[in-house]
Amino acid sequence: MRKTLIAAGLLLATPALAACTDNSTGDDSSDGGGDRAFTVASTDDACEVSGAEAPSGALKFEVTNTGSQVTEFYLLAEDGLRILGEVENIGPGVSRSLTVKAPAGDYFTACKPGMKGDGIRNAFTVTQSEDGEKELSASDQELVDEALAGYKLYVRDQSAQLLEKTTQFVELYKAGDKDDEARALYPVARTHWERIETVAESFGDLDPKMDLREADVEEGADWTGWHRLEKDLWPADAGKYKALTPAQRATYADDLLANTQELDDQIQGLDYTVDQLANGSRGLLEEVAAGKVTGEEEFWSHTDLYDFQANVDGARVAFEGVEPIVEKNDPDLADELSTQFDALQVLLDAQREGDGFKLYTDLTPEEIKGLSDAVNALSEPLSRLTAAVV
Amino acid sequence: MAVAGVAGAFAAGRASADGAAGASSALASSYAFRGEHQAGIVTPAQDRLHFAAFDLTTDDRDDVVALLQDWTEAAERMTRGDGAGEVGPVEGDPLLPPDDTGEAIGLPPARLTITFGFGPTFFDKLGLADRRPAALRRLPHFPADVLDPAISDGDLCIQACADDPQVAVHAVRNLARIAFGRAAVRWSQLGFGRTSSTSTTQDTPRNLFGFKDGTANLKAEQEDLVDTHLWVHPDDDAAAGWLAGGSYLCARRINMTIELWDRQPLADQEGFVGRTKGTGAPLTGTAEFDEPDFDAVTGTSPTIPVDAHVRLVHPSVHGGAQMLRRGYNFVDGSTPLGALDAGLFFIAYVRDPDTHFIPIQNTMAKSDALMEYLKVTGSALFAVPPGIAEGEYVGQALFT
Repeated sequence: MRKTLIAAGLLLATPALAACTDNSTGDDSSDGGGDRAFTVASTDDACEVSGAEAPSGALKFEVTNTGSQVTEFYLLAEDGLRILGEVENIGPGVSRSLTVKAPAGDYFTACKPGMKGDGIRNAFTVTQSEDGEKELSASDQELVDEALAGYKLYVRDQSAQLLEKTTQFVELYKAGDKDDEARALYPVARTHWERIETVAESFGDLDPKMDLREADVEEGADWTGWHRLEKDLWPADAGKYKALTPAQRATYADDLLANTQELDDQIQGLDYTVDQLANGSRGLLEEVAAGKVTGEEEFWSHTDLYDFQANVDGARVAFEGVEPIVEKNDPDLADELSTQFDALQVLLDAQREGDGFKLYTDLTPEEIKGLSDAVNALSEPLSRLTAAVV
Repeated sequence: MAVAGVAGAFAAGRASADGAAGASSALASSYAFRGEHQAGIVTPAQDRLHFAAFDLTTDDRDDVVALLQDWTEAAERMTRGDGAGEVGPVEGDPLLPPDDTGEAIGLPPARLTITFGFGPTFFDKLGLADRRPAALRRLPHFPADVLDPAISDGDLCIQACADDPQVAVHAVRNLARIAFGRAAVRWSQLGFGRTSSTSTTQDTPRNLFGFKDGTANLKAEQEDLVDTHLWVHPDDDAAAGWLAGGSYLCARRINMTIELWDRQPLADQEGFVGRTKGTGAPLTGTAEFDEPDFDAVTGTSPTIPVDAHVRLVHPSVHGGAQMLRRGYNFVDGSTPLGALDAGLFFIAYVRDPDTHFIPIQNTMAKSDALMEYLKVTGSALFAVPPGIAEGEYVGQALFT
């Protein structure tokens, strides 16, 4: 996948986006009433939704912040990643409403007091309903607009979480006596990078500063970013490696954080086109095939499966965003992709350990081959996705 | 000096019985081993390659001179289509192993050329550091290099090219046998299909990305350019006057991630390369040899993308520097993950790697869209001495 052109395209894209969120108190007479209308009370430690089930259609959530911190409210897809809709910046004492079209399925509601972390989540079920389906049947343009708006929210959310966790990681790493904690947070923080890797990489100037592997550094050039810190935290395989001094640690850590901040700043202004979404999905699987399934990405920490899962997450979120369009244009392809995503996920789930994953070096050759075969089985139909949505 | 150049190197005496499969009928059937320059450089690229790097197993200069003399004799015989030894594969004493291994019995010379080179370490091991050219150093680390030391570098190299793979392998096998006790094979590489043309008499072949490769290559017929960009001149390096008339050989084993590439839309593939896949024309032209127009714009973007291969390696952005490429497609089976272990065994001959290879390689490694699908696993640099006259052995000028 071409990186630089995507960047150019992203930067040139016009910010004409049909938002699926509604921060205003404007006209909502057509929005779902009755069993599709809910109230949400967001406090500092709870997220009370007035119901946990609704018929499919346009749902309305009236969110009131009764806590002391600024909060946010999300309706998340079953994977807990894809964002159906969100309202941000709800100050203490303020009410805002979210209207979102939701087909039948399992969801999560989430409040984020303090606007940090994963939020306080509750399961939410949407059941099939005849009148609701009619409401959901959208024009092609509406489908595209919803996909793009949802993806934009997703990328911004992941970027925000990346910034938050990178800030924590950098503090632990600089402390000097908290390396175990830094090592534990490393793959978790990078998950947010890997989920949006194709977007992050589209910033051709930032990506090499943040995510370059040692082998990709030109002779004589300074090596910075995540993997520089990775090697310093996992020097075991590095032979005669000379540990960074506290001052060097601070330099490289601050540099990473500054670049993460800049990335987050830049991402705020990004809008996407539907082909970029589809290409991004394909590109993330290419990242898996090129670096993760071979164990080359996390050369020192061997936490490649975290990245692997995160790339797959990002690819799947992008695919599911455009899935309604694919369903219309090429239903067989939509089925095939869903099936292959599921098959790959089964193999990944088998390698979970605690909250994370086994190290790459603990996988058997047969397990690696199985993962690689599943990546190929998914990547081949995924390479036809863009043509099916444009 | 003996005859030189493509036409002059044609050994007319052997034209009758040969005609190797796959070779253009316009080409000679065998080439003289001796000449102003070594054969196998501007020689029209043959279809097959066996390349071998050797490490010295002796530091005795006389032993090495003897090896070069033995190699010279055997190479000259084999390029004629004869056996490696004086006796022959089946003509000798039944109580002795034959002095030729026999698999080339009945095969034509198949345009075999055998080209010898010296690596940087050759000079240190033989106490010849003061005669080592300044440009002959281990190549620097380039971005995307993931080199396997076991298939990189070497004290000596032999490039054997022929239109018949068995002829090329026969040459390396017999030369390696002759070397035992003095030099041992460090690594070797087979190439099954040429990816460059070195003569205007040849069509441009395709690499494993499916694209024509080497359209803008230096060609034997461009005599002025060849003299300027390919051959070392007597005053290029005060320490290495012996290399005048020779060249530098840059070898890079470039793995292609074939499976990823194959999933790229056609328009993207063409954008990465900057040429169409069908004819090989630049995206701004209609025919293969049209000059690319890097200023052309389609809509708001350059017609040839800013990171297109053809743009980044074009001589116009490298001070006019050109190289003579002589690479080969390779497939060494598959990886443990079932991917093709395949790519391009890149060979380029240049007058000076510091101006004609390293900067271009750095530009490509940093910015080229193709790099997403490339991984360099082997790398080596050799000084290729000039050709030799009758009675001389290859590399003789270095030792006298």
